[in-house]
Amino acid sequence: MLKILKYSFYDLMRSRWSYVYFAFYLLLGVVLLFLNNDLSKAVITLMNVIIVLVPLIGTIFGVMYYYNSKEFTELLLAQPLKRSSIFLGQYLGVAISLSMSLILGLGIPFIFYGLFKSTAIWDFSLLLITGTFLTFIFTALAFNIALSNENKIKGFGYAILLWLFLAIIYDGIFLMSLIMFEDYPLDKLSLIGTMLNPIDLSRTLILLKLDISALLGYTGAIFKQFFGTNFGLIVSICMLTVWVVLPVFRIIFKAKKKDF
Amino acid sequence: MKIKMLSFIALFLVSLLHAQTVEVCEGCMYKTLNEGIQAAKDFDTIFVKKGTYKEYNILVDKPLTIIGENYPVIDGEMKGEIITIVSDSVTVDGLFIINVGTSYTEDYAAIRVKRSKYFVIQNLVLEKLFFGIYLEKAQHGKVFHNKIIGDAVEEYNSGNGIQLWYSKDIEIEHNYVEHVRDGIYLEFSDHCLIKNNVSANNLRYGLHFMFSNDDIYQDNTFENNGAGVAVMFSKKIKMYNNIFTENWGTASYGLLLKEINDAEIQGNTFIKNTIGINIEGSNRINYLNNNFINNGWAIKVRGACYTNHFTGNNFLYNSFDISYNSNINDNVFDKNYWSNYTGYDLNKNGIGDIPYRPVKLFSYIVNRTPETIILLRSLFIDIIDFSEKVSPVFTPDNLLDYNPKMKRIEW
Repeated sequence: MLKILKYSFYDLMRSRWSYVYFAFYLLLGVVLLFLNNDLSKAVITLMNVIIVLVPLIGTIFGVMYYYNSKEFTELLLAQPLKRSSIFLGQYLGVAISLSMSLILGLGIPFIFYGLFKSTAIWDFSLLLITGTFLTFIFTALAFNIALSNENKIKGFGYAILLWLFLAIIYDGIFLMSLIMFEDYPLDKLSLIGTMLNPIDLSRTLILLKLDISALLGYTGAIFKQFFGTNFGLIVSICMLTVWVVLPVFRIIFKAKKKDF
Repeated sequence: MKIKMLSFIALFLVSLLHAQTVEVCEGCMYKTLNEGIQAAKDFDTIFVKKGTYKEYNILVDKPLTIIGENYPVIDGEMKGEIITIVSDSVTVDGLFIINVGTSYTEDYAAIRVKRSKYFVIQNLVLEKLFFGIYLEKAQHGKVFHNKIIGDAVEEYNSGNGIQLWYSKDIEIEHNYVEHVRDGIYLEFSDHCLIKNNVSANNLRYGLHFMFSNDDIYQDNTFENNGAGVAVMFSKKIKMYNNIFTENWGTASYGLLLKEINDAEIQGNTFIKNTIGINIEGSNRINYLNNNFINNGWAIKVRGACYTNHFTGNNFLYNSFDISYNSNINDNVFDKNYWSNYTGYDLNKNGIGDIPYRPVKLFSYIVNRTPETIILLRSLFIDIIDFSEKVSPVFTPDNLLDYNPKMKRIEW
């Protein structure tokens, strides 16, 4: 597995797309800091960008990589190798190289701007952690989609739909249902609704840092326990881990049964 | 020679005033403060030496100066009120007063001033108290540099740190009040000055006005109280350069205004409060040069607020800048700096070319269904906020800052 991981990682490192991705984040970080002159404001803007763009790039890139390297995968399958190690190696190769572009691309401008001397360092590192989690989650989801669909066009379609659903439509449905059932106690429902969507989950994680004073304005014991203590942070990170583990298991499961 | 002359003059003056000193200590003629007061004549000075005096119901009924040396302890043993002042021109200085009795029928205080004028209460330390300093129909007094540390847990069985009732022209300066119900409470008290105090960790309010007019409070710090300052049913209050921080919770405000008219709110800083200022039924108030930083809601307008002016304030990184619960607006927002402003300034005059709309649709939704707060900063919410911005339906149509500043305002 490690060998395959290494191959796909180096393959990706040499590819143009990794550089484009890296350059994009580098540019984003530089421009944000240049225009804002303020680290904490830049972190807020960055959060909006990360929770929307990282999943999109993760899904598209994952699907694209799978379809592109299909011939190489088939070649590997002919060798005496475990299927799980082939696919896991490829998955980790993509996810790690994407996370690296993200961390380096955003980290370098912020470090030059004096991140270590600033109080925003915890907010920023939380941002990078959630970004990495999102990359791992959405690359895994993309591999799932690609494994289940032989047709490239269909696969891309589903991938974009998945992103659109989790990033925007889900919140719309969520908001409508909260307003519809406003006569009932909703704090449990709203927390569960958040847990079921990795984008919402990472958004909440960042809210805990940025908007804690607003979140505590709501009357509700469960909300208060969730947001007022470290409980919320721990639960969110656990749920994000579950969100990584489940799709990865499905990759292994699906890869074992699939005919090539 | 000079010293001799001076001391001679001093002696002469002292004998002229017939003022003498009385000493209270364990080995002295007077073993308790009460005995000392009874023995003293008008305008005498009583020195209380270091030690513990178990006394309560001490009545000061003549103009005296009571000075504690090295903080003598007056222990009330939870039996009732400790010092009651009923005479004019009394000074109390440097005592450590503990164990005030708790009662559900009477407001026992560590030190109470009743219908007196020209008093000075300074350098006291009060602990384990019910009410701290209680001024009742008092006038022209000074409460200076006291430290009040309570241990209040529930609102119903705790008292206030400094309480004014029908008092006028009182100066309250450099006090530190924590862990009581209301840090400083003014009821029917006019023309008072409250300056440079710190009021923290109180159950209800850091500072509380009720039916009190023409008061000034400035340069105070209010931290982590149930609500920082509550100003209710009062007129012409001036609020300058105070700091309101970390008043967190479901009904927590930095500043709560209820039925307030003609006030001035200038140069204050609101940091990390759930609600910076909560306004209800307040008219003709000028908000000038205040900082609102990292609050949940910088300003929440509940209704019946007319002709208020918000000018030259900084709104920085608040989750919501302004929240309204209706779409009617009669207040003016002008020349503020909004960190959420996304416009441009092509003619470079420091003022944004397109007006800023500080009320978002989402704040309206959160008012209706509070649980939706969990969707804060979601892309979907940004989209509906944008569409509301383009054509307002639920939020006040005319609520605009026509001259949003491009840079943070300094003063």
